[in-house]
Amino acid sequence: MRNRFIYIFLFLFIPVITIQSCQNEDSITYKRYFVNGKGLYEKNCQNCHGADGKGLGTLYPPLTDSTYLIANKQKLACIIRNGQTEQITINNVVYQGKMPGNNNLADIDIAQLIVYITNSFGNKQGQYDQAEVARDLAACK
Amino acid sequence: MKKLLYIALSILVIQSCTNQSDTKLPILGNREPVERTVDGKTVVDTIYQTISPFSYFNQDSVIITDKDFDGKIYVADFFFTSCNTICPIMHRNMLDVYKKFKDNPKVKLLSHTIDIKYDLPSRLKTYATKLGVEGNQWEFVHGSRDSIFNIAAKNYLVSAFEDSSDPQGLVHQGWFILVDTKKQLRGAYDGTKADQVKQLIADMDKLLREEAADEK
Ligand code: HEC
Repeated sequence: MRNRFIYIFLFLFIPVITIQSCQNEDSITYKRYFVNGKGLYEKNCQNCHGADGKGLGTLYPPLTDSTYLIANKQKLACIIRNGQTEQITINNVVYQGKMPGNNNLADIDIAQLIVYITNSFGNKQGQYDQAEVARDLAACK
Repeated sequence: MKKLLYIALSILVIQSCTNQSDTKLPILGNREPVERTVDGKTVVDTIYQTISPFSYFNQDSVIITDKDFDGKIYVADFFFTSCNTICPIMHRNMLDVYKKFKDNPKVKLLSHTIDIKYDLPSRLKTYATKLGVEGNQWEFVHGSRDSIFNIAAKNYLVSAFEDSSDPQGLVHQGWFILVDTKKQLRGAYDGTKADQVKQLIADMDKLLREEAADEK
C-alpha cells in the first residue's frame, strides 16, 4: 500500500520537475521582462493607453494593432524614451497627439515595456532585450 | 402565539416598504437651519448648499448657463485637455457614464477646463470630437480663471488650482460630482476608480427615479 503511494507520487512529480528544469534560461528571462514590463506599464502608460491597450477614442492610440507594432518595432524604444508628436496612422485611423517622453526610464525598463506591450493585447512577438533597445536608442532621430 | 406571529410578519412587511423609500441619496455640502413661523409656531427648515448661477463658453463657442441645466441632473468635473496624468482615466470612465445615459434628456455632463490660457472652445471641440462625443449633452466649458476656480472650491467642493511646482502647472482632484434638479450636491465619486464610477451610474438611476417620483 505504502509503496503504491510512493510510485504514484513519483509518477506525478517527475514530469513536473523535468519540465521545470527544461525551462531554459531564455524563457525565464522573458517571463521576468514581461512581469516587470506589466508593472511599468501600469505605472507609466495605462492611464492613456488603457488596461486593455485600447487607447481612448482618437486621443490616445491603441496598442492592439500587431501590424503597426511589428512594422515599427525598431522605433518603439525611441517613442517610449523621447515621446512622439508626429501624425501616425494605425489601422486606417489617424492620430495626432502628444505622447510625453520618459527620461526616467532606463534601457532595461524600456526593454521590459516593449516585451510587455508586444506580447499583450493580442500581440505575440517574443523577447526583446536590453542590447536591442540600446541599439535602437542610438539610432533615434 | 399566532397573533404574535402576525404582528412580527406585519412589522417585517412595513420595514421592507420603508426601506425602499429610504434609499434616497444624501444631500451633501454645507447646510444651515432657517427658522420660519407657521401659524404662530416656529419651524426649522434646513437650507442646503446649491450651485450658484454660472455662464461659460462651451465647445461650440456658445454661451451656456445654469439655466441649460434646469430640470436635469448632471455630473460635473474639472480637467484640462493636455493633462497627462489622471484626466485620461477620468474621461475614459466618464465616457461610460455618457454611453449609459446617451440621449436621456434628463441627464447632462459638465467638464470644466482649468487650463484657462490654452483650452479655448476650439481646443475643447477637438478634444470632445477625438473622445467620440457629439452634440451637447456633454458640455466642455471654458470660463474666466476666477469663475472656474471659485465654483470648483466653493460650490462643487473640488480642489483645483494653479501650482508652479507641478510639472504641468495645474493641480486638481478627479472627483465626479452629482447634482440634482434643485442644484444640490448628491454624490462625490473618484473618477479615476472604475468601481466608484459604477456606483455613480447606479446612483444616477436612483436619483432619476427620485426626481420622477417628485414630479408626480
Ligand atoms: C499622456 C498620455 C500617454 C502616456 C502616459 C503614454 N502614451 Fe504612448 N502615446 C500617446 C499618444 C497621444 C500617442 C500618439 C502620438 C502621436 O500622435 O504621434 C502615443 C503613441 C504611442 C505608441 C505608438 C503608437 C501605437 O499606438 O502603437 C506607442 C508604442 C506608445 N505610445 C507606447 C507607450 C508606452 C509604452 C507608454 C508608457 C511608458 C506610453 N505610451 C505612455 C499618449 C501617451
